[in-house]
Amino acid sequence: MIRAEKLTFDYEKLDETGQAVSMKRAVDGVDLEVRSGEFVAILGHNGSGKSTLAKHINAILLPTEGTLWVDGMDTKDENRLWDIRQDAGMVFQNPDNQIIGTVVEEDVGFGPENLGVPTDEIWRRVEESLQAVGMLKYRKHSPNRLSGGQKQRVAIAGVMAMHPRCIVLDEPTAMLDPHGRRSVIRTVQKLNKEEQITVILITHYMEEVIEADRVFVMDDGKVVMQGTPKEIFSQVDRLKELRLDVPQATLVAYELQKRGFPLPDGILSNEELVEELCRLKSKM
Amino acid sequence: MIRDITLGQYYPAKSILHELDPRVKLAATMIFVISLFVARSPVGYGLATIFLVLVIRMSKVPFRFMTKGLKSIIMLLMITVAFNLFLVDGNTLWRLGFLRITDKGVQTAVMVGIRLIYLILGSSVMTLTTTPNDLTDGLEKAMEPLKKFYIPLGPLKKFRIPVHDMAMIMSIALRFIPILLEETDKIMKAQMARGADFESGNLIQKAKAMVPLLAPLFLSAFRRAMDLALAMEARCYRGGEGRTKMKPLKYESRDRTAYGVILGYFLIVTAIERGVQIYGWIVALPGRWMAVYQWILSFL
Ligand SMILES: Nc1ncnc2c1ncn2[C@@H]1O[C@H](COP(=O)(O)OP(=O)(O)OP(=O)(O)O)[C@@H](O)[C@H]1O
Ligand SMILES: [Mg+2]
Repeated sequence: MIRAEKLTFDYEKLDETGQAVSMKRAVDGVDLEVRSGEFVAILGHNGSGKSTLAKHINAILLPTEGTLWVDGMDTKDENRLWDIRQDAGMVFQNPDNQIIGTVVEEDVGFGPENLGVPTDEIWRRVEESLQAVGMLKYRKHSPNRLSGGQKQRVAIAGVMAMHPRCIVLDEPTAMLDPHGRRSVIRTVQKLNKEEQITVILITHYMEEVIEADRVFVMDDGKVVMQGTPKEIFSQVDRLKELRLDVPQATLVAYELQKRGFPLPDGILSNEELVEELCRLKSKM
Repeated sequence: MIRDITLGQYYPAKSILHELDPRVKLAATMIFVISLFVARSPVGYGLATIFLVLVIRMSKVPFRFMTKGLKSIIMLLMITVAFNLFLVDGNTLWRLGFLRITDKGVQTAVMVGIRLIYLILGSSVMTLTTTPNDLTDGLEKAMEPLKKFYIPLGPLKKFRIPVHDMAMIMSIALRFIPILLEETDKIMKAQMARGADFESGNLIQKAKAMVPLLAPLFLSAFRRAMDLALAMEARCYRGGEGRTKMKPLKYESRDRTAYGVILGYFLIVTAIERGVQIYGWIVALPGRWMAVYQWILSFL
């Protein structure tokens, strides 16, 4: 679905005369492959190049070197630009700054309008996508009066209405409260399971990563770790080195391990931890 | 205080006015405004008043929402009325130092005041019953013929009036007005908490107090604009070409009726004003004939 080969991107700072004065390599030789229908999470501390990578998938940024294919389309191919953007939708961090319409349903219709979808079909899609994110009853509301989580779900519906095969979410929950965060993540998971939408989720919250099929960890523009959440989170030391958190249960298990409790690696959820501890207790 | 601005505010309700095509409402507002300038006699103004009251009743928008719009122009209103009251020449009714009020002054001041109030009320009815998007859609559609005209700038370049872009700019502006107002409020409160004072002092002091407000506001507005542009691009926005409409504008029979009503109103106002004029002319006729008669006599 998405394949990157030696993907490299430099931000250039230009002075008044248009001469490049400094360069910042934000993405550095990234190779990665995301299969259709996968739920992939990308981790990395601030400035590690996650957003820059994400913007490549939507062809908002074009690689300085290397290539990125979306569904077999090279993002450098200008003729396919709109196909790529339709195919790989993007949800951003700030819910206020990505809603264009003054009424929820008008905003969801914005994408299909741009694609030149016929009017009746737009209405069908709007209804369908609002239903999918559980916001159908707010269709006539003004986005200004919605909560952050609701706004993000509207933004997701706006992308869904374009019938993409893949959604890239760049820290969609960073500005939300825990409740809004859960509702957004649940919506994304549902779309992934029920509609087989490929999901690429960028986040700082480890709890959101647990359910992913695969995790990529970025540092300084490079993908430094990849694997299942279990594989990633069993390397607590390495993650700490990369200035990343681990889920709370993992951390507790890790500390217990260090103190001599024979717990297995890669415990992710509280339930798992409790189960392992009980097993341990019955053995003793 | 900042929240009092009702510009572009929509009041959701179920009324015939809410359902009318925005083009009809735009045209009707324009015709109503023109009619305010055609009307000069009390009869004309009476008619405008009746029309306005009926329309407001029909809109099902509470009257206090209409008057909210008036609050923001109260200064302008007072200044305009004062200018007319004191500066129009005529027979002096009252005098204090260099100030004097004349009969003509009172007459024009009242007329201008009413005109201004009705103008605001009339356009409030339009904005309160039309969603900003409908409004810009209406404008875009109404300006569509303009798209055909262009100014050639060299062999391949043509300058066309960017009708779609203008409409898009307006609808985005309208969407962000409440957000930016809220932000202003927030920044003001944050600065007030640190001892900033926006309320006291004269006008210049107040204006000066606003400066530290503007920098963060502009900064955040620019950030928002960048983010929004990115989000629009990511959703395949590429200008008006090849774009379809979720809510295409189409005239219904009620729209045609509404056109009829507003034109009828305009014709009646014009006719009445003409009538008043003709009546006045006829009344003055004997005097005129006298004058002509005397003029002829003077030759003899
Ligand atoms: N528009 C830009 N111009 C110049 N440099 C930039 C620009 N955007 C990002 N950078 C730089 O590129 C690097 C990667 O930034 P990026 O936004 O991709 O990081 P990120 O992983 O998304 O971080 P965060 O977690 O804070 O969102 C950073 O060092 C940043 O300073
Ligand atoms: Mg980022």
